[in-house]
Amino acid sequence: MKCFDVAVIGAGVVGSLLARELTKYELSVALIEAREDVATGATSANSAIAHGGFDPVPGTLKAKLNVRGTQMMPALTKELGVPYRANGSLVLAFSEDDMVSVRALYERGLQNGVDGLSVLNAEELHELEPNVSDEAVGALRCTSAGIVCPYTLATAAAGNAVDNGAELFLSSPVTAIDKKDGIFCIRAGKQVLHAKYVANCAGIFSDEIARMVGDDSFCVKPRIGEYMLMDKSEGNLVSHTLFQVPSKMGKGILVTPTVHGNLLVGPTALNTEDKQDDATTREGLEFVKKAATRSVACLNFRTVITSFAGVRSVPNEEDFIIRFSKWDNHFLHVAGIESPGLSASPAIAQYAAELLANEGLNLTENKQFNGSRKSYHWFSELSMEEKNKVIAENPAFGRVVCRCETVTEGEIVEAIHRAPKAMTLDALKHRLRSGMGRCQGGFCTPLLTEILARELGIDQTEVRKNTEHSTLLVGRAKEVQQ
Amino acid sequence: MKTELVIVGGGPAGLAAAVAAYDAGIRDILILERDTALGGILQQCIHNGFGLHRFGEELTGPEYAARYIDEVEKRAIPHMLETMVLSVENKVVTAMNKTRGIFSIEAQAIVLAMGCRERPRGALNIPGTRPAGIYTAGTAQRFVNMEGYMPGKEVVILGSGDIGLIMARRMTLEGAKVKAVCELMPYSGGLNRNIVQCLQDFDIPLMLSHTVSRIEGTDRVTGVYIAEVDEKLSVKPETEQYIPCDTLLLSCGLLPENELTKGAKIPLDPITGGASVNENRQTATDGVFACGNVLHVHDLVDFVSEEAALAGISAAQYIQEGAKASSRSLSVSASGKVRYTVPQRIDHTDKAVRVFFRVGSVVDNAVLTVKCGETVLMTKKKRRMAPGEMESFEIPVSVLEKADGNLTVCVE
Repeated sequence: MKCFDVAVIGAGVVGSLLARELTKYELSVALIEAREDVATGATSANSAIAHGGFDPVPGTLKAKLNVRGTQMMPALTKELGVPYRANGSLVLAFSEDDMVSVRALYERGLQNGVDGLSVLNAEELHELEPNVSDEAVGALRCTSAGIVCPYTLATAAAGNAVDNGAELFLSSPVTAIDKKDGIFCIRAGKQVLHAKYVANCAGIFSDEIARMVGDDSFCVKPRIGEYMLMDKSEGNLVSHTLFQVPSKMGKGILVTPTVHGNLLVGPTALNTEDKQDDATTREGLEFVKKAATRSVACLNFRTVITSFAGVRSVPNEEDFIIRFSKWDNHFLHVAGIESPGLSASPAIAQYAAELLANEGLNLTENKQFNGSRKSYHWFSELSMEEKNKVIAENPAFGRVVCRCETVTEGEIVEAIHRAPKAMTLDALKHRLRSGMGRCQGGFCTPLLTEILARELGIDQTEVRKNTEHSTLLVGRAKEVQQ
Repeated sequence: MKTELVIVGGGPAGLAAAVAAYDAGIRDILILERDTALGGILQQCIHNGFGLHRFGEELTGPEYAARYIDEVEKRAIPHMLETMVLSVENKVVTAMNKTRGIFSIEAQAIVLAMGCRERPRGALNIPGTRPAGIYTAGTAQRFVNMEGYMPGKEVVILGSGDIGLIMARRMTLEGAKVKAVCELMPYSGGLNRNIVQCLQDFDIPLMLSHTVSRIEGTDRVTGVYIAEVDEKLSVKPETEQYIPCDTLLLSCGLLPENELTKGAKIPLDPITGGASVNENRQTATDGVFACGNVLHVHDLVDFVSEEAALAGISAAQYIQEGAKASSRSLSVSASGKVRYTVPQRIDHTDKAVRVFFRVGSVVDNAVLTVKCGETVLMTKKKRRMAPGEMESFEIPVSVLEKADGNLTVCVE
């Protein structure tokens, strides 16, 4: 019977980075994911921001881990080949009352140890960001904030963990956890996995995982955030991430460029009961439009290429829940990772590893650990001469499949076979951006379907968008019956 | 590498432009096509109805394409398949394919013929979940007609553009149940003949002033809500009704695919989404021409061929004689119910010019006027004009001579 040193449940950005962190040591690590791919939960649909860290209450884990995580982000993303840009952020004030809040945030930022903070007056603001609405009277500037691609970060982290010896179990929802002779027996999909320690990084389902070991000390509730993504033609409208003065429900509606050159606006913040409900609503999208226009009056919503909603996991406690279960000191919760979770994620991984070490996990350095990983976009980053060399060796790199984002067949085939294997349309989209451009897969969906079927050795009717029952095709033509 | 004439796109526009340029005396031509065969989107349009104007008979899409492919092959005009053009800059076309890698071609003249794409779900901002089973009509058409797969069994179609209407019939013939075609506007954007032949003949309801207000389903579409819209095209929530289905097809308009044109810094007409051109289909850049659906979305391929031939001949003349000096240039602008005109300017007034346009709403007993300032230069009448059909008229030389300033085309 194989017994892992640590089983990490949940391959979102937190679980994936934690699994990678643990492979830096002589440990056997299982990364267990319920879905068909990594990075499908909150990691797949959020604001994609590395926050400066001036918002969380001083002294909290949120404050400490946010500031440290954002500081780690540039080097980490470089090492993992993940798109990141230090674009800086602005919290816009629209009144003198708002300016009071801005100054309070500035003070709080200093307390939290945030670098690069300054308060701008109207003139300085409008010179820095000419497209910001005239109504804005000032702002808090934070030059240490940045933007990052969250699902590429999680995917690269999970992939790098696998490269360094971790085992990834996809489509393996955890349904029961027992403990026998000090060893956890985890029923995950069709298999039972054994581990000495468990890290519960199950996001919105982390309270349900906790219940499996009899721990009902916390719960997490879903909060929906709706976004709209605009065409790359709008990506240069603003250079900073623009927030509005925050409220109790979150950091308000933001307008931000993305690392891929689009413009993102959102999110709403609506508490719900259904953890799987990621539907957008007419009211929500209208609200986003209205609120975003307050920051940037000249937004052109005819350039929206897609809208989506993400489900954030909001805990019933004020801070991140990163602690051992009271019932078992080998069962670590890494839960309630709401905003600024993405920003904090690199520091959360480190902190969680330290906590595990405190409870006896042996952190002996893994001398073979190689933390760097080739970017999914390595081909597009080559010079023309280098590209031609690659195409001469492998002509598939000369065939463009996704024309909007210029993704070649070579890159697609590589992503299908590289850990973590991309086995669905969405998995390819998250790694390569195929189908994520302005035509939203109109042209490349049939081509991607064909390539997936060929490379995975399955019929085209078995190719899925994401989940098990999300097949794209219902049968061969001429064979369909009602 | 150098070529006299590069044609970007081997669909109906690119093929017709190539043939016309060849017949006008140009031999050094190269067609660049991104798909695995020439013919463009016609290859997946296996229904008939193509070629009535051009050939006086009803052909299927592939048959229509084959006529032009034959002509191209007869003339041995070179073409490259599976070749993606990456940029057009100062008459240098950079492209990429499997055998040559990335390569550049210096051209004397370029014809842009990249066609158009369909407006996707995201651009429509339909609320709801994002399950599998939502396709543009053209994507579904490719799956059924080219790949031999069915994308769904129980279908709702949003948008009554021609591809949507054609796919309503196609899916029905393949055994699927098409439950409704919803159209946001109070009229269809498709050809009347398609409404009769593709919907009415199959008892498929066309619900005008209706839209899809919400999509349901976590893995695969399980149903959609449809609702009536008011005059401002806003959903009337009290009219929402649920239709169970596994597929939503979208046929909500076509967008000329002008990323290369924008990259080349060639100005576009904000209404057509295509380049702004003169009567020879030359863009604002000398020697760069545009034709077909990349210029403005056509209703019939026959007119694409006609326009492309004009662009091909003009490109040939440009190569042979250089830029033709313009004695005076008249802009042509749209007014009243006219949404746009092509061409947007007339640089040479020594020949009659055919002007194409579309109206923005249905106009009964339409009166078309061409004005120069307050002076009415010509008037035409038509019983009915509809947004789904492209209209055209010819401005004779006699009228052009009378114009001493910019022209306005108006329909009331």
